[in-house]
Amino acid sequence: MFAEFLQFLFSGITVGAIYALVGLGFTIIYNASHIINFAQGEFVMLGAMSAVFFVSVGMPMPVAMLLAIIITIFIGLALVKLAIEPARNASIVTLIIITIGASIFLRGAAQVLWGRNFHSLAPISGNDPIMIGGAAVLPQSLWILGSAMLIVMALRYFFDRTLIGKAIVASAHNPLAARLAGINARFVLLLSFGLSAMLGAVAGFLIAPISLAYPSVGIMLGLKGFCAAVLGGLGNPMGAVLGGLIVGISEAMTAGYISSAYKDAVAFIIILGVLFFRPSGLFGIRGTERV
Amino acid sequence: MKQGFIRHFTTVAAVMALGLGASVSGAKAAETIKIGSFLAVTGGASFLGDPEKKTLEMYVEKINAEGGVLGRKLELIIYDSQGSPKKAVPFAKRLISDDKVDVLLAGSTSGATMAVIPIVEAAGIPYISFGGAGVIVNPVKKWVFKTPHTDTLAVRKIFNDMKKNGLTKVGLLSGSGGFDKSCRKQTLALAGPSGMTMVADETHGKGDTDMTPQITKIKNTPGIQAFMYCGFGAATSIVAKNFKQLGVSVPHYQTHGSASMSFIKNAEGGAEGVRLPAAALIVVDALPDSHPQKKVASAYRDMYTSKSGDSVSTFGGHAYDGLMIVVEAIKRAGSTNKEAVRAEIEKTRNYIGADGIYNMSPKDHLGLDEESFVMVEVRNGTWKMLK
Repeated sequence: MFAEFLQFLFSGITVGAIYALVGLGFTIIYNASHIINFAQGEFVMLGAMSAVFFVSVGMPMPVAMLLAIIITIFIGLALVKLAIEPARNASIVTLIIITIGASIFLRGAAQVLWGRNFHSLAPISGNDPIMIGGAAVLPQSLWILGSAMLIVMALRYFFDRTLIGKAIVASAHNPLAARLAGINARFVLLLSFGLSAMLGAVAGFLIAPISLAYPSVGIMLGLKGFCAAVLGGLGNPMGAVLGGLIVGISEAMTAGYISSAYKDAVAFIIILGVLFFRPSGLFGIRGTERV
Repeated sequence: MKQGFIRHFTTVAAVMALGLGASVSGAKAAETIKIGSFLAVTGGASFLGDPEKKTLEMYVEKINAEGGVLGRKLELIIYDSQGSPKKAVPFAKRLISDDKVDVLLAGSTSGATMAVIPIVEAAGIPYISFGGAGVIVNPVKKWVFKTPHTDTLAVRKIFNDMKKNGLTKVGLLSGSGGFDKSCRKQTLALAGPSGMTMVADETHGKGDTDMTPQITKIKNTPGIQAFMYCGFGAATSIVAKNFKQLGVSVPHYQTHGSASMSFIKNAEGGAEGVRLPAAALIVVDALPDSHPQKKVASAYRDMYTSKSGDSVSTFGGHAYDGLMIVVEAIKRAGSTNKEAVRAEIEKTRNYIGADGIYNMSPKDHLGLDEESFVMVEVRNGTWKMLK
């Protein structure tokens, strides 16, 4: 009985950590521009697929990971230069729609380039499950969870302590005032997409051993990651992680104790409920502004 | 409203059929034999249409190089329906009334096939579909045939193997895709009549990354003797990995949806011991030389891989079998008279194809039974045929 509960919990943590890692990517761009980047799932896919590709041509894992990060950052920057910047005077909603278009394009391009097949990536420390109280958890899940926590701390430090991080937050909050204070808005946008792409790529190759890598893997990951970010309060890195874990664990518990048919529905009901009572998310800052 | 539409539809089709009849009687002999086709060459179902198109093209070329059929060359007309039933309908009309084809070998998807059946039936033209669904030939339609095996055959094959091993209490897990749902429906429908009891019926979502809660639940179901999974794509490997991670000990069955080397490779050891029904074409190297399909299947695979540079899939095999059945029927009929060709297709007996051994009849326009699947088990990272 307890072993069963523990197994559901571990599954929830595994899946939740994945959602959290993807959700983190949404926070940076949102903090910089209030844009919700729906191509974030595709950044994850690109990280995973290019890592798989470089490993398949015989490169050692660390090199493949590094190249995957570089390529994804490059694509993130290209997205800003080619699609977002030309339309920078448009409304936020328009820019969000542009990111949806970009996600479809990236998915299609990946299909043409790498085919439709699915691939796996070797996990960091083996495939043998760790047994705790009769339940099995893969070491990769712990890596994902640990990385998510590390990234949260790094982001916290970046946004709260560094000048450039503060500049990013400032330009999202009041673009005009930020520009008057000498912050280069175009650079901030570029930087935020670059960082998000990097986070996406890292998420991609950490997740790939569990989720496998294929061109459409980003759709559901992006959607659930977005849910995690919204649930935790958009823009709050710690919120994204907790949001991801809540969604993941509630999914696993529903599948385990109620019915797997209602698994996705329950996760979305929780999100609807939270947003109804706390529109800014569980850990979001209320939208009060100083005059 | 709907009835009005159908009536209108039949009138149009009947008028077209009249026009066709008039033109055929005026045609001269020794013309090319026209094979009409619409396939999902591009779009979401291109993984079906693309190998089908390549197969038809390379074998029509081969047959023509060897002198054609009845001394006449084959002429292939292919339109790209993009897998859409809406687009398939005008293409079918154009093939029948403008291109005046002798036979239709078309329809990558069941949707496109079902949409053109009324036109084909009204026009009276032999039609072999590559759509998967059983409903295409069940109930039997006079002019409509198909070559791909159905889910029902795969499920029967799995149940037969379970029974042989004394397993009757089965826990089912299925995904949320079209294939997955259809497979689940067939499994639940066939379980009772086959003497099987489904003790668990769990599902997972599209793009899910971890199925351990469902598998844990199935594992702990009292009395369970076997695990069965209906799914397609990456999820097949994830399920196999999770199954191993949880150390489940009951026999593990998957379907022909998992019959690819990617499944084995990406399950990273989790696929060991998994049993599944596969088309002979996919596991041709695991077949003994005495297997009746070995020669046909390996010849097709070698031709396809060397000419197209892609790896072989069952979908191209459907097109190969369709073309060969039609060619044989035209030879036996000695003409391209539509009724004669149709009757000869229906009389196809013991045709050994890539998909299986076809025995058609007025009651069976598919002609395959569960013997068209080979039961295999994954051993040492490759397929091992089971007796």
